[in-house]
Amino acid sequence: MLRAVLRWLASSVALLFVVTALSFVLVSLAPGDAATSILSSQSGSYTPEQYARTRELLGIDEPLYVRYWHWLGELFHGSLGRDLFSGQPVAEIVGDRLLPSLSVIVGTVLVSAVAGTWLGVAGARRRGPAGRLLDAVSLAGLAVPSFWLALLVVELFAVRLAWLPSGGYVDPGRDPAGWLRAIALPVLTLSAGSIAFVAKQTRDSMAAVLSQEFVTMLRARGLPLRSILYKHALRNAAIPVVTMLGLLFVNLLSGAVLIEGIFSVPGLGQQAVTATGGHNLPVITGVAFCFTVVVIIVNLLVDLAYRWLDPKVRAA
Amino acid sequence: MSISLIATDAPPSVRPARRSRWRRLWRSGPGLAAGAFLLALTAATVCVRWVAPADPERQDLAAALAGPGAAHWLGTDRLGRDVLSRLLYGAQVTLVSVVEAVAVFVVLGVTLGVTAGHLGGWADRAISWLADLLLALPGIVMLLMVLAVFPGNTAATMVVLGVISAPMLLRVARGVTMSVKRELYVRAARLSGLGEARIMVRHVLPRLAGPILVQVSLFAATAVLVQGALSFLGLSAPETEGPSWGNMIAQAAQVTGEDLWLAVPTGAMLTLTVLALGVFGDAVRDVTAEHREPVARPRPARPHTAPAAPEEPAESPAPLLSVDGLTIEFSAPGGPVTVVRDVSFSVAAGECVGVIGESGSGKTMIARSLLGLLPAGGAVTAGAARFRPGAGPVLDLTRLDERGFGRVRGRRIALVSQEPGSGLDPAFRVGGQVAEVIRRHTPMSRRQAAREAVELLRTVRLTDPERVARRYPHELSGGMAQRVAIALALAGKPELLVADEPTTALDVTVQAEILDLLRDLRRRLGMAVILVTHDWGVLADICDRAVVVYAGEVVEQAGVEDLYADPRHPYTRALLEANPHLAVAGQDLPTIAGTVPSPGRWSPGCRFRPRCRFAADECAAGTIPLTGGSGDRVTRCIRAEEVAAL
Repeated sequence: MLRAVLRWLASSVALLFVVTALSFVLVSLAPGDAATSILSSQSGSYTPEQYARTRELLGIDEPLYVRYWHWLGELFHGSLGRDLFSGQPVAEIVGDRLLPSLSVIVGTVLVSAVAGTWLGVAGARRRGPAGRLLDAVSLAGLAVPSFWLALLVVELFAVRLAWLPSGGYVDPGRDPAGWLRAIALPVLTLSAGSIAFVAKQTRDSMAAVLSQEFVTMLRARGLPLRSILYKHALRNAAIPVVTMLGLLFVNLLSGAVLIEGIFSVPGLGQQAVTATGGHNLPVITGVAFCFTVVVIIVNLLVDLAYRWLDPKVRAA
Repeated sequence: MSISLIATDAPPSVRPARRSRWRRLWRSGPGLAAGAFLLALTAATVCVRWVAPADPERQDLAAALAGPGAAHWLGTDRLGRDVLSRLLYGAQVTLVSVVEAVAVFVVLGVTLGVTAGHLGGWADRAISWLADLLLALPGIVMLLMVLAVFPGNTAATMVVLGVISAPMLLRVARGVTMSVKRELYVRAARLSGLGEARIMVRHVLPRLAGPILVQVSLFAATAVLVQGALSFLGLSAPETEGPSWGNMIAQAAQVTGEDLWLAVPTGAMLTLTVLALGVFGDAVRDVTAEHREPVARPRPARPHTAPAAPEEPAESPAPLLSVDGLTIEFSAPGGPVTVVRDVSFSVAAGECVGVIGESGSGKTMIARSLLGLLPAGGAVTAGAARFRPGAGPVLDLTRLDERGFGRVRGRRIALVSQEPGSGLDPAFRVGGQVAEVIRRHTPMSRRQAAREAVELLRTVRLTDPERVARRYPHELSGGMAQRVAIALALAGKPELLVADEPTTALDVTVQAEILDLLRDLRRRLGMAVILVTHDWGVLADICDRAVVVYAGEVVEQAGVEDLYADPRHPYTRALLEANPHLAVAGQDLPTIAGTVPSPGRWSPGCRFRPRCRFAADECAAGTIPLTGGSGDRVTRCIRAEEVAAL
């Protein structure tokens, strides 16, 4: 057990190093830097002296490895540095923007887990025309680009029917109902593909489990179909599906970047897009760091779910 | 799904691609349609200059936002530009992006995957570590950073997308290479001096073709979506460089209030393309993975209507179960195949009847049909199995539906199977599984059921039943698992226990214990038992009577002692002689030459004739009937008298 924890810690730390170092290297390769961004946004033209002074002020005149070393030193003290433009601590920015992003992503994962599992079980049981119809709907759900679907959904539910707000974000602490209404359309949009994805995985996994001997024996013992399907078969089929839910979560981090823009959700994705345009290295690295931490946590949860679902893993 | 970096792994063990597979792909409707669509789209994109009806940049403000019509098939955009032409020109961006991304994906994935699989050792470990690392990177952050370095550069994003997605293909290629390497014919080729490079070209690469195609089509779908999304965000392929599907949707987004139509053709095109790639990939997967479609059940020859069978004229006390003319067929590509034909026998209450025969004789099918648990594709097509439980009406087991069996399985008739381990749900504790079955048949509280479960585990003579109840199936030995399986079968207090080779998978000492347990339980509970076996020792140990089956037919039926002392069918005789329990030390154990013919290859006349040392010419003529002897003995042999006289 202790060894497993240590191994997990070591690989997590290594991954964080690689991601943050990579973001330092990549941003430094970009033509122009934060100084040019600031100066050209202020006046348009600037002298080399101004440029050099701005670089010094921003602390980006030092070699890359020195800056990365400083960044690591700050990280050790719990700081992710400061926004080059606003001077706001990056940890604060990331903290503010994490909750809106997670609201949409976790909401989507929950909706797709429930609906996708249900559809997948139904699909595994029914072969023939009904099963093929489910397949076709799944494929279509996977194929629809979310940003296009978002347009149609906003037009229909927010503009024409005016049932739900077209975007924005409400703090759940202040107004839980408003929060639900605000994330409803982004979640709906992202769910189309996610439900299809989970349904397909569940169906394949369920079909494999249902053909196993123990399922025949459960029938031979007279257990009702409901118990065989939803208690026994699903529990065994869930093991690969849980991996896929983890992957889905990680993919939704990417999907959120698009969807947040369309629904004007003030999340991490939008922050990443703006920071990338302005060469705002501390913010980019902060977002990459945060994304990576989320990925590590999700993978840990998937591992823990394995242990719970599969007694053989628990024993090992 | 928005930016999906997921491509589902293909099963790693894929057989060599043969011509017939591609013919099957040709026959799969949706796969063919998808392939044709992709081909047509590619052709139209390459020849766009000649195909497109108009110049994509020609503006006609007078005709702005015109709906679909004769002049503009798909309408015009805000500047009056022809949507169809822009769609076709926009496809160029998509096509080029896909080609770039796929090239990187394939080169990296196949090279590294084959290297890792082929070399193994440290190279494999290093490459796998790299793949894990790449998979763990947040894809969108990488793409955004690359866009910061190369603003608006589509090619750069596609190269990066190819790199971060390559692990998917890498894993598949590694798996296939490793499985090919282990195969005998490749090892033989190496021993015969074929060089590594030629082994690669001749054996490994052909096997990779299918899985690569699957992964490529799924990844291409991802690339189309990612490219569209980035272009939609204005991060790559900006409007100033000409139309792309992404920027066309972005433009349509600005006018959804005035004209929703403009968003439809481009979005639909994007969806269709991704869909076609997905369908094509799935079709290739199905074809190369040798996916076995479940065959349709043969339609029973008669309608399943009356659940209760008409009572037979009662002579002696009616038996608990009387099977009469049972025939089981399986559907196969070339028409239904009969696996069990006209089998009749009966079981009295409390009696133990053995069904004995070599593997492949159909004895397991007979057993399973009594519980309505034939494998997919199998069905009882003729005959009846009248079951007379102590309470309630007579049931014909061949005419029950799932609902009807729900009242029989576990409660009236229970099953113990050959593989004790695989008959238990691996995910739940033993005690919970037993308690669930108890509660199903006798309503009681959870806590009481848990106590009953422990008692039942004690009944099947498990030492320390409390501890066993807390264990998972994988923590049990074979003998313990079989005791648990018997406890599960007893949980509903059945009147008839069908035990299908209950001791075959066990060690000899454990076999004896399980048989002892079955005999004891039968006596104490007054349960009738049908014991399916191929082992005379097992049969002699607990059975009163035996039914000998060969190639789906009953060949002899008699009391066990009569059968031992005086076998009348040559097959029974041969089986007895081949019985290791009766072997004489120092002498070779006699065997029956040949094997049981598979269903559909049965010889006309007597089915045992090709292996029978008593066979005569007349044995080949027509179906041999079962003929009665003294008592309830029957034999299916025209030379039975001569065999008995030996």
